[in-house]
Amino acid sequence: MKHFLDITRETCPMTFVKVKLKLAQMDQGEQLEVLLNKGEPLANVPRSCEEQGFTVLSNEPTDDDKHLILIEK
Amino acid sequence: MNLPANKKNISIVCFSGDFDKMIAAFTIATGAAATNREVTMFFTFWGLNALKKKKGRVAMGNSIMARAFNFLMGGLNNLPLSRLNFFGASSKLMTGMMKKHNVASLPELIDAAHALGIRIVACEMAMHILELEQSDLIEEVQDVVGVATFLNDSEEAHIIFI
Repeated sequence: MKHFLDITRETCPMTFVKVKLKLAQMDQGEQLEVLLNKGEPLANVPRSCEEQGFTVLSNEPTDDDKHLILIEK
Repeated sequence: MNLPANKKNISIVCFSGDFDKMIAAFTIATGAAATNREVTMFFTFWGLNALKKKKGRVAMGNSIMARAFNFLMGGLNNLPLSRLNFFGASSKLMTGMMKKHNVASLPELIDAAHALGIRIVACEMAMHILELEQSDLIEEVQDVVGVATFLNDSEEAHIIFI
């Protein structure tokens, strides 16, 4: 099952907080697609997920200058 | 990518009951917890005002002095700004500005802290002075502890005083 989270309107620290809490609700093996802004969220959300042992499957820029990352729990 | 093998825990002493300093404390706490650190928040003196179950001005305690102090200090809705407080109006204005810029409000940060499993404890000594019981505080408060317990729990942590 794939979940989706848009954190482009969030600011620090809720960018990390929302991703962390969403992942906590998900089951092992499920995927989370996160739309985020460049800068602090792009630099730290994927790293924070990898530190928790999750896999960042992809990290692609979008047409509107944001990034879409896919995380597997 | 270089990942730290062992992130240090974070312990925050929430001494100030100022609105802006409380925002800073909860922002650091939730940011740290969301980036995989264990976090303890130790509330003492004016900081206890943010944890009162009753969020307005209520006389609490038994003695006249304690009731007067608790009434004058108030709760979460009465936290003053540390600068330019303008008789209490500024914290409401600041909350409006934060909302306009999609910054989490203080109640949202407190909810997030609870959801992230941040350990929130209250200072036994300050509660004794102000004649507060744990039942006077929000349910997110896990324990009432003394400084020795706090320091023992924070042995391997960065301690931040706000």
